[in-house]
Amino acid sequence: MKNRLLPWGLALPAILLVAIFLGLPVIETLLTTFADPKGAFAPYIKFFNSGFRRTVLWRTMEVAVITTVLSVLIGFVTAWVVANAPAKAKSYLIIAAVFPLLTGVVVRSFAWLVILGKNGILNSLLLALGIISEPFSMLYTQGAVIVAMVYLFVPLMILTCVGVLEGIPQDLTDAAASLGATQWGVFKQVILPMAVPGLIVGAVLVFTGSFTSYATPQLLGGERQMMMGTFLHQRAMVVFDWVGASTIAAIMVVVTLATVLLMSKLARKLNPVAG
Amino acid sequence: MKRKLHPALIAFAVLVFIFLTGPLVIIIGSSLSSSEFLEFPPQGLSLRWYENAFDISAFRRTMGTSFFLAVAGTALSMLVGVPAAYAMARYRVQLPGWLGNVFVLPVLIPEIVLGFSIMKTITTGYEVPVLPSLLIGHALLVLPYCVRVTGASLNSFDFSIEEAAVSLGCPRWKAFFIVILPNIRAGLIAAFILAFITSLNDVSISLFLTGPGVSTLPIQLLAHMEQFFDPTIASVSVVLMFITVGVMAVVERTLGLTFLTK
Repeated sequence: MKNRLLPWGLALPAILLVAIFLGLPVIETLLTTFADPKGAFAPYIKFFNSGFRRTVLWRTMEVAVITTVLSVLIGFVTAWVVANAPAKAKSYLIIAAVFPLLTGVVVRSFAWLVILGKNGILNSLLLALGIISEPFSMLYTQGAVIVAMVYLFVPLMILTCVGVLEGIPQDLTDAAASLGATQWGVFKQVILPMAVPGLIVGAVLVFTGSFTSYATPQLLGGERQMMMGTFLHQRAMVVFDWVGASTIAAIMVVVTLATVLLMSKLARKLNPVAG
Repeated sequence: MKRKLHPALIAFAVLVFIFLTGPLVIIIGSSLSSSEFLEFPPQGLSLRWYENAFDISAFRRTMGTSFFLAVAGTALSMLVGVPAAYAMARYRVQLPGWLGNVFVLPVLIPEIVLGFSIMKTITTGYEVPVLPSLLIGHALLVLPYCVRVTGASLNSFDFSIEEAAVSLGCPRWKAFFIVILPNIRAGLIAAFILAFITSLNDVSISLFLTGPGVSTLPIQLLAHMEQFFDPTIASVSVVLMFITVGVMAVVERTLGLTFLTK
């Protein structure tokens, strides 16, 4: 009897921490959206009937998708170079990728504020080169948000892809080559299919991370480029519309969980080793 | 799997690494500026903005809070997370498989939703003071790292060593401390460091939980940035970067950085 309860006893404090301080509050947030006196789905009807709110959701989706595609492409190609680089260069490149990753999101977004601002480096550079005659602000545009987000997530993608590429057994690529496959053939028929499940896992991290981000859209997008994260904060802490904020939170949870579940299913299906 | 690389690919990778490191170099450069404005390259060099950063009491105070939260939050999380990871690795048959998913919920639920919900239910609803709420929020935030990273090293641990100690008369609880913990040391250090950095840099949870007089450094930085645009931010950022470098040196020493690609 004692031995049957022991495993549960050891796990109990952690379970309680999650249940009480995550489960309870998040469920309450979700329930708030259904307990509106105007009807069970009133907050959602309000959300989707408002052109502004739909724009925010759509913009967030757009930014997250573009960020994901760019980060995956840039990350994969760079990881390919890193994985095939000489050992010494490789360790330096990995340090160069890890360092930004460990630097906080506020610091990294701030850097782009310095670069893209009206008196920023990019403007000074373009002025000095005579490409533009007057400085213009690149801040508070969708482009600024996307650049800063790609900057945020490329290191993560590089490290994920290096891990994925190094996990592919060399026997497989050797076998393909010795059976007459060209270099491109090995890449297309062996490496890419084996890398795709790992790429999907990385892409999900980037998508959910950018979909729910706060600091980057706040600093580089401002009010003009409101995204779901900044919108939630504004509703909750500036307007004190907690039902509205909870509705945004619920939509974020649904989108995130749906993406994670669907994509991990897809990754499992596409895995040539497991299939 | 070394292959010959096309020069175009190498050129592309070089550009990517300039893209990755350039902005950080720019921050370091502009933090050393002697003028009132953020500029790069700096016109003159000085350390005045570092002085200014330490002069502003809000930065000193919030840095203290951030450190306290990162250390105490991670410690709390390890305290509940390590036994859970041990239970899941040691008693794999007795515990259901979904239990592992419970502990990754804090990364699955969007951070900002978690922060908002804790603020609404715990801080406002149950009137828990600001600092304990923050501590709980941070402990939750880092729990996935504590459980997963520790769990990974426990999974490669040979539990027959523990059995040997127990059968030779060592009490179970003592075996945990003198046999198991020393053997998973690398995993514990890695978990602690990842958790520490995550907590130190957190914005989305602290955003809702900071109250009057209690704030964290990243939140204070955000607030400062909305009012002033001087090199103080850059110098605080550089201080944070140096902390990161220190942490990376520890990781390199204990585990090797390739650990992070796994």
